[in-house]
Amino acid sequence: MSLPHLPLDAITIGAHADDWPAAITAAGDALVRSGAATSAYTERMIGVIREFGAYIVIAPGLALAHARPGADVLTDGLCVVTLVEPVAFGHPHNDPVSVIVGLAVAGADDHLQFVAELANVFNDPTVIPALAGATNAEFVQSVFDRTAS
Amino acid sequence: MKIVVMCGIGLGTSAILKVNAERALERLEIDASVLATDVAGVRAAAADAQVILTSSELVDAIGKTNADVIVINNYFDVDELVVKLDIALGS
Repeated sequence: MSLPHLPLDAITIGAHADDWPAAITAAGDALVRSGAATSAYTERMIGVIREFGAYIVIAPGLALAHARPGADVLTDGLCVVTLVEPVAFGHPHNDPVSVIVGLAVAGADDHLQFVAELANVFNDPTVIPALAGATNAEFVQSVFDRTAS
Repeated sequence: MKIVVMCGIGLGTSAILKVNAERALERLEIDASVLATDVAGVRAAAADAQVILTSSELVDAIGKTNADVIVINNYFDVDELVVKLDIALGS
């Protein structure tokens, strides 16, 4: 199973966020806009970080925002938000964050396989800086679609 | 040999770490199973595990364990995983 297609309306370039909850909210908004989730999912993504800390910052500059499957997930979805000003999440090694990948998965079984595909995208160390510097959504889409096939 | 990867909710970040840990083990030619779990399930999952891989943010949540706890900073850096697993498992 490959990654869900990343639609242009799930990509936000150059968002402004004062703090990490605002950054996660920008990712939640992109999932809502593209029809993958409702705003309740945004709150749950923030709740995961409040409960467990900034462990979702899994590489320098990159946060993987997500929560468990739930009724607020309408369909599997992916979003990408880049920030004008990087934001600190409180991670000792990987702060500050300039790229947020948001993930909504309808069923727990899907999760493993499609997150594994994300590893294939990001194992290329040039990808995070390239996304952080992206000036248009089409470029971001091409990065994900290239590896999705 | 058993290796446990742990994240807050047991899906998402731990799935990425599992995939890349398997790649690192393959490179080291170490035969081991890699199991993804969450904070709530780590104690049971790690009871017979040699190593727990996780984020610096989650180390305190593991509590008492006989397994070696290894902190991974960059989940996409297979080289980091290779170096740290090689030290822990000694080949």
